[in-house]
Amino acid sequence: MKQTIKILASVFIMLSVFACNNASTDTTQYYCPMKCEGEKVYDEEGSCPVCHMDLVPVEESNKVLSDENEVSDASIFNLTSKWNTQNNETIELKELNGDVLVMVMIYTTCKAACPRLVADMRSISEKVDNKEVKYVLVSIDPENDTPQKLKAFAIENKMDTDQWVFLQGTVDDVREFSNVLSVKYKQISPLDFSHSNIISVFNKGGELHHQQEGLGVDNAETVSKILSLTK
Amino acid sequence: MSLSAISQNTEIIKGGTFVPLYGSDSSEVYVRDFELDVYPVTNEQYLNFVKQYPKWQRSKSLSLFTDKNYLRKWTSDTTLSSDMNLNSPATNISWYAAKDYCVCQGKRLPNMDEWEYAAMASQTMINAQRDSIFNSMIIESYELPKTYLKTIGSTYKNYWGIYDMHGLVWEWTSDFNSVLISGESRQDVDTERNLFCGSASVNATNLMDYAAFMRYALRGSVKANYSLQTLGFRCAKSINKK
Repeated sequence: MKQTIKILASVFIMLSVFACNNASTDTTQYYCPMKCEGEKVYDEEGSCPVCHMDLVPVEESNKVLSDENEVSDASIFNLTSKWNTQNNETIELKELNGDVLVMVMIYTTCKAACPRLVADMRSISEKVDNKEVKYVLVSIDPENDTPQKLKAFAIENKMDTDQWVFLQGTVDDVREFSNVLSVKYKQISPLDFSHSNIISVFNKGGELHHQQEGLGVDNAETVSKILSLTK
Repeated sequence: MSLSAISQNTEIIKGGTFVPLYGSDSSEVYVRDFELDVYPVTNEQYLNFVKQYPKWQRSKSLSLFTDKNYLRKWTSDTTLSSDMNLNSPATNISWYAAKDYCVCQGKRLPNMDEWEYAAMASQTMINAQRDSIFNSMIIESYELPKTYLKTIGSTYKNYWGIYDMHGLVWEWTSDFNSVLISGESRQDVDTERNLFCGSASVNATNLMDYAAFMRYALRGSVKANYSLQTLGFRCAKSINKK
């Protein structure tokens, strides 16, 4: 019974924060898997008016939040965007709740800054050495960085454990998320972006607590911040 | 244009290439055909929006998405202050709120290239980037105080039939945070040198376009939850082709 209430509560919260879908309660809705029209949903089954692919039903997240459903005003768990992981699972950010989150934006074809950013992330993870931390790498090039490519990148960089999460979003959602992290980026050619190098630390409730800017900087402060948040 | 009653009219902007002040590595940018709102979104339209979507009312909006200046002059969640004109552009609105407003009208924010492309049109020319009279008109409008109090349609109608691209308020664009020009561009951005201080004035494609430089500088200096009195928005729409 308690479980049912929890599920109902979380579904209710999901619906109440869902953008512009005030009428989405009773009927199944459908979306285009290519997201030709962004997050647009349709009320009836059929094909996408743009690319003519079959529409697929919007699945309700059946995962129950691990602790209380209350999400603070400033938490990134208020975002309703959906992301594909390197293991081809679709998640919302709030499913990452319960762990300290260390986040960075990269792209896998990046030759200059990203390998150093990734090395910075690894260095932090080695110093922190705590299971209650997740390291999240969000691609700023979602058109090229498919879950398969992210998986290969994870393996290549020895980041293929539960603690490492690689995310592919839509172009719009990535842009929104970059704003949450105060990361700026711009595509300057098909496989090249310029971007700010910022590693962000969130507490278990998804609130931003610390940002480390720059490449190869001393990460002592970031590490101690992360450790203090795991307690 | 057949759009729902609360949604405002758009005009079609015929695509083409142009050279923005700050482009990609090949400095010419191609903009596809798109639709753009004829006017900036007004106080009245935004008021209707928050009545329909209470989550964007001042007291209910999340601090993740809005700063303290969000709808600052409103006297309550659904009341404008007495000196605000219903037909003036809506300002003190964050990027997240502007973006959601457009999505809820079945539209989106224009991207920076689209906005600049539409805004370079004068009354008679598609591209008035090199028209010194047009440019000085823009600069002069930037010097006027409190232009956000003017009503929509009170400036000029451009080649595309769009009003007020210059002269009322700055406007949000979907990818405003692709301008890497802020303080942090000195420290932690890997390659970008096109637009920062000294080098900007040397590398910028059109040295005449001081007005554009001011726009890009503003975009580079704001964050998505900022709500400024001089910053409004209008929506755009893609034109879907087979």
